[in-house]
Formats: sequence, C-alpha cells, structure tokens
Amino acid sequence: MFRLEQLVARHVGPLSLNVAAGECICVLGASGSGKSLLLRAISDLDPHDGEIFFDGRACSAMPAPEWRAAVMLVMAESQWWFDTIGDHFIDGVDAAWLERLGLTAAAMSWSVARCSTGERQRLALLRALMRRPAVLLLDEPTGNLDDESSRRVEALLAEYRRTRQAAVLWVSHDEQQAARVATRRFVLDDGKLTEIRG
Amino acid sequence: MNVVALTPWDLAVAALLILALAGLSLRMRLGVEKQLLVSAARSTIQLLLIGLVLKVLFANASLPWVALMAATMLAVAGREVMVRQKRRLRGAWGFGVGTLSMFVSSFVVTLLALLLVIDATPWYAPQYAIPLLGMVLGNTMNGIALGMDRLAQEVTTRRAAIETRLALGQDWRQAIADSRRDAIRVGLIPIINAMSAAGIVSLPGMMTGQILAGTPPVEAVNYQILVMFLIAGGTGFGTAVAVGLAARRLFDDRQRLRLDRLHG
Repeated sequence: MFRLEQLVARHVGPLSLNVAAGECICVLGASGSGKSLLLRAISDLDPHDGEIFFDGRACSAMPAPEWRAAVMLVMAESQWWFDTIGDHFIDGVDAAWLERLGLTAAAMSWSVARCSTGERQRLALLRALMRRPAVLLLDEPTGNLDDESSRRVEALLAEYRRTRQAAVLWVSHDEQQAARVATRRFVLDDGKLTEIRG
Repeated sequence: MNVVALTPWDLAVAALLILALAGLSLRMRLGVEKQLLVSAARSTIQLLLIGLVLKVLFANASLPWVALMAATMLAVAGREVMVRQKRRLRGAWGFGVGTLSMFVSSFVVTLLALLLVIDATPWYAPQYAIPLLGMVLGNTMNGIALGMDRLAQEVTTRRAAIETRLALGQDWRQAIADSRRDAIRVGLIPIINAMSAAGIVSLPGMMTGQILAGTPPVEAVNYQILVMFLIAGGTGFGTAVAVGLAARRLFDDRQRLRLDRLHG
C-alpha cells in the first residue's frame, strides 16, 4: 500500500520499506539520527532520491499538494497561522474526536495564544486527521503530553488506522510506547533502518 | 516669468550648512561626519553630471538616446533594489525580479502618461519623459525593495508555519498567501502616506520646484496630482509583480519551500 524504494535524503538512506494498509510502523532512534528528516523527505518537503509509492502511484508522478494530502506529515512542533483554533479547521471538526482527545467543542473558539503546548499538539493532530489522510507520518505526536493524554492520542490513532485502513509511520523516542502501538518497530541508526524483533 | 538663477556662491552658502552639521557630528562624536561629507559631495557631482546629460539629451531629442537614458536609469534602480535587501534571491534572480517588475510597471505607467495624458510632440520629448520616468522609477524602486525585503523576512521567520500548511496539502499559493499580502502592503504604505499628507503636511518636491521655477501654482498642482497617481500605480503594480515573482521563486517544482535560494 505504501512503499519506500531506495529512498535517499539528507543524513538518511538508502532505505527500502513496505508498509501494508492498517499497519503502524514505529521508528526509534537517537536524537539527531535523522528521524524527522526521513519523515520530511517522505512527505516530499525535502529533496530526495529514490522513489516513494502510495497505492501504486509514484510520488514524483503526483502533484505535490495531492501527495501531501494523502501522505500527511504532522510535525513535532505544531504551527498556527490564524488567531483562533477554529480558523485552521477548514472542513470543520468531528466533535466525537475532540472529546476522545480530552478537549471540548469550545476549543474551536479558543485563541491560539491561550492554548497550552499540549492542547496545541492534540489539536494539530486532529487538524491533520480531519483531512482524512491515507498515510500518517507522525513526528513525536505525544512529545508534549502527559500519560493520560498520550493514551487518548494512541487510542484515537489506533481506531483511525483500523476503520480507515490507514498506514502510520510513527517516530518516537519512547520504547514502551512503540511496543504498545506498533505492528513493527525499527531503529534508525547511521541512516539505516533495522527491525527490532520480539 | 524670470527665474532667479543660482550662482555657485549661492550653493556655497547652502553648503555651509553641511559643513556646520559635520562639525556638530565631530563635536558630539556621532561618527557620521565622513558619510555626510561624502554623500553631499556625491550628490553634488551626480546632479551636476545629470544636468549636463539632460542638457545634451534635450538638445538631441531622439528616441534612441531617450531609450538609452531610460535603460540606464532602470539598470541603476535594479541594482539599488538588490543591494537594499538583507536576504536577496541568489543568482540572476536577485537583480532580475526587481528590474523586470520595475520595467513592467514604471515603463507602462510612464508610457501611458506620455501617450494618453500629456500628449507632447514628439511623445518621447525628454523634458517630459525623463523626469516622469525618474519619479515613477524612484518610488517604485522603494516599494519593490521594501516589499521583497519583507517577503524574505516573513518566509524566514514563518518557515515552519508555511511548511505545515504545505504538509496539510495546501498548494504554495495558499501556504505563502499571508506573507505575500503583508509584503505587498508594506511596499504600498509610503505612497499611501505621501498621498494623504500631500498639500497639508508636505508640499511635494516636484510641485515646489515648479512653483520656484515660476509655474502658476494651480498648474503645478495638476502635474503633482498626475505624478502622485502615476507613482501609486507604478509602485503598487510593480510591488505586486515583484513580490509575486519572488514568492514563486521560493518554491521549487515540487512546491517545497526553498530558503536556500535566498542569500544567508
């Protein structure tokens, strides 16, 4: 469903990887090992060699915005460009999902400046999910969250993956989290992916 | 009406002001005395030279010479736009974007005025063409330099937000729309301010010059209004074109934000 073929980008590669629909691949690795750069290359925000396929279509053969809408990157630091949260949700918001992340419908009228880092991180993830991507590239999606909020995020993502048969590439530094959420786990070291067995 | 001609002695009296100011700078240790004297000397030499050039040009009012003069002014303005930007585009783009935009807007606006409004004979009469082009070009240059400088500054500070918008599937136009709007607005502010203050706070230089030279005030005012509108048109469209081209250049064919296309 989703495939990297000899992908080479700054500090990473060449990498090849096959991801089936509904799978969750966790990528662990020391900071500075290039995990974020790998995700940026896959979303085609950074120049790269090699090819990435989604549903049999090559990245280079698809218009870039269409590719990024299907293979969506959620960056570690959430970014906001309008004053209120709701303005960033062009397609509206799923109230049930908001609640599952421990947020209320009022969140849509909050001003960005008043939100905590943790609230912003959950809202940024939701903003991406509302676009219904087929592949999610998540860079430390629970990096600023406490345990309870982290579990909520993990649960919502698991459901999204199951119901929509979405593939997830999840960058984390937390091995326990990786063990909880991943179908397969890899370590990125020296630009190469090595699978963790057992 | 006779104009009181200025002698070199008259100018020397005015130059005493510059010397006095340099003395103040020295005494207060402002450290600008050298710059002050050099720039005063530069403007004296440059203006004397352009006076001679215009004298020759007016005596030989042929289209090729007028065009050559216009092309020289454009090239100098293009260079000026380039050096005024802290982070300009790399390569030929740094000079090309500003110069092309100024060519498109200033030349079109000036031609429009010469052919449709002033209607002198011949239409390229340098007495009209060169001062008009100079005023439009000078102001357009300011607008473009301000706009492009702001655009570079905006994309540098908002890089992460622009890339997040790209990552959400927005195309480059949507991702940079806010920064582009901001940059164009900044380029337009000086002329909007100049138009609102004209006649109340400030008497624009061109009009003042004409009145000093003996033109009836109402006629001078008409020319000033014309020039203001030409400047606004040239600056506005020129800045929009320049910022638009620069914004496009900041993305590659895969719609990636390429800040490496800006100088450090």
